[in-house]
Amino acid sequence: MNRSDATLTLGVDLGSTAIKAVLLADGMTVKACRVALTGHNARQSAEQLVAALLDEAGVTPDQVARTVATGYGRLYYDPADREVSEITCHARGTRLVMPQARTIVDIGGQDSKVISLADTGRVLDFAMNDKCAAGTGRFLEVMSRALDVPIEQFGRLAEASTKDVAISTTCTVFAESEVVGLVARGEALPDIVAAIHRSIAARIAALVRRVGPAAPVVSTGGVAQNPAAIAALATELDQPVEVAPDPQFTGAIGAALVAAADHAEPRP
Amino acid sequence: MTTGERSDTERKRRSPRFVRLECTARLHKLMTRYYAYARYMPRLGKKIAWITSGGPVEPLYAAGIIPVYPENHGAMCGASRMGPKLGEQAEALGYSRDLCSYARCDIACAVHGGGPIGGLPRPDLLVCCNNICGTVTKWYEVLARHFNVPMVLIDTPYLHDGQLPDHTSRYVRAQFDDLIEAIENVTRRRFSERRLQRAMGLSLECVQAWQRVLGYCEHRPAPITCFDAFAHMAPIVTLRGTRWAVRYYRHLEAEIAQRVERGFGAVPEERHRLLWDNIPIWYDIRNLFKHLAARSACLVADTYTNAWVMDRFDQRRSLDSLAEAYASIYLNIGTPQRFRQVAELARRFSVDGVVMHSNRSCKPYSFGQLDIQRMIRDELGLPCLMIEADMTDSRSYSREQVRARLDAFLETLEAAA
Repeated sequence: MNRSDATLTLGVDLGSTAIKAVLLADGMTVKACRVALTGHNARQSAEQLVAALLDEAGVTPDQVARTVATGYGRLYYDPADREVSEITCHARGTRLVMPQARTIVDIGGQDSKVISLADTGRVLDFAMNDKCAAGTGRFLEVMSRALDVPIEQFGRLAEASTKDVAISTTCTVFAESEVVGLVARGEALPDIVAAIHRSIAARIAALVRRVGPAAPVVSTGGVAQNPAAIAALATELDQPVEVAPDPQFTGAIGAALVAAADHAEPRP
Repeated sequence: MTTGERSDTERKRRSPRFVRLECTARLHKLMTRYYAYARYMPRLGKKIAWITSGGPVEPLYAAGIIPVYPENHGAMCGASRMGPKLGEQAEALGYSRDLCSYARCDIACAVHGGGPIGGLPRPDLLVCCNNICGTVTKWYEVLARHFNVPMVLIDTPYLHDGQLPDHTSRYVRAQFDDLIEAIENVTRRRFSERRLQRAMGLSLECVQAWQRVLGYCEHRPAPITCFDAFAHMAPIVTLRGTRWAVRYYRHLEAEIAQRVERGFGAVPEERHRLLWDNIPIWYDIRNLFKHLAARSACLVADTYTNAWVMDRFDQRRSLDSLAEAYASIYLNIGTPQRFRQVAELARRFSVDGVVMHSNRSCKPYSFGQLDIQRMIRDELGLPCLMIEADMTDSRSYSREQVRARLDAFLETLEAAA
């Protein structure tokens, strides 16, 4: 049950692939978090997710002081008091969980962002991938489907790679046919999967270099759960890449933090 | 997610109204008259020349030839959201999707007709000046073959350090002789130096009035935004060198001066003053205005409309001075010089940030933007956002992504304030 004196805020991150919700107590402690697939109706999925989250935490909706939505679907989530972009939310969320971070690499389902932070946590600059899906989680999803390997096992499979094969195209569609070609040529599955991870890492590294990779580099977003992708990125950047705890929730945590700040100091 | 749902939630935000300038009706009348004139006057023996946007138009007006601008027409195709359809038609003719979307729209209209005004009147002469890009050379060669008409190429070497060396100046000037000869062949009349000086005088007057119009945005709040400038730039492109344009800009200037006097701001509660770089995203201008205005952001200046400020004309040195002015325009100078112009605009208009449109179509405009972006950050200390789009072809535009970036950028500005 909720301690009656704790201020509860809710952060909802409506991503292209998954929706994440975080209930935060006093702008400091994650009380509960939950994730669900976005599906075809983001609003409905988000409402169901939040209901389940509050239920789990034993909290009624009116005990939530404020809600902030972020992510692609942020405008579609009506119960939110305010919408804030992912850049601000990932910066805030990372600041809470890894205050030392100077560069954030967020690899989501539909886009990748690189955020450079001042030592105060303020956003100095950011870069996002262009319209193409090559440097995003979607690239890995498409490839895992082409190879018929579940996405959860995709990263681990790459670890068994013994030989370098190359994927030359960065376009998701062309790379898919290239991968099919590699399979037909008889290349080993782990080698192909490792090549796929190197390809996405190269693409993201270029984005990182655009804002200048100040250390430490911290990775957030769903793809950060994939160790092969992070290892490939660290190799590509030639510097360590740390992973935020529960990286998928960083944006939602940030949104809940913004809500807490708004609640403490109401906006005009 | 349907668009209906979207508009529901968008309504949550106060959406400021785009207050049109009263001159807009006059602008539409003027442009309709210009295109009708170009369409019907050939029946009375008038000649038509197609010319690139940065081309020397004054000799044409001096000779009584009506200039028509495929690029202005391309912008109209974009604004009326016909870009993708015309683009596909050009692609079906074998042109690559990587080719400039103005070129694709224009070639499709030339071959198939169509477009927002049913295509442009047939040219008698093509005047191509490559001071804006290299694509125009091949584009106009295609047109020359298609229409079987003469083409004059004015080749303006790139000014890497912004300086116009004497040999370049002489080289460009010599090509103006070819232009005059081509004009005389088309009109079958001797070219009049006196008329050229008059056209240059009107052009200069027009450019100065346009400069004053844009200059009003130095005021806080800005009386107009770049979105107004994008719409009202049509006469400076197509009609400079005529009395029509001079008269039009006098009216526009008066109206904007009144706005300043009343303290009217184009964006209510203007908080963030932004500089825009590159050609506008023609098919999404209105939505972008609303999106920015709802967040108290105003585009107060841009490098695009400010490119039509060739004020180096010296009527006494007519052709020499024309050659010099057209050889040294914004897109024909090196990156450090372009940055200096951006810095000057940023200072004059007291901007808080810069939004750069990396335009898939316009390679020369977009090339060097990353360097200029770095210079803006390092030397001016201003935040700078890059968005990817295309001026006419909405297939290369992701509205949601661009909005997400603008929102994040404005939040960053807000946090820094």
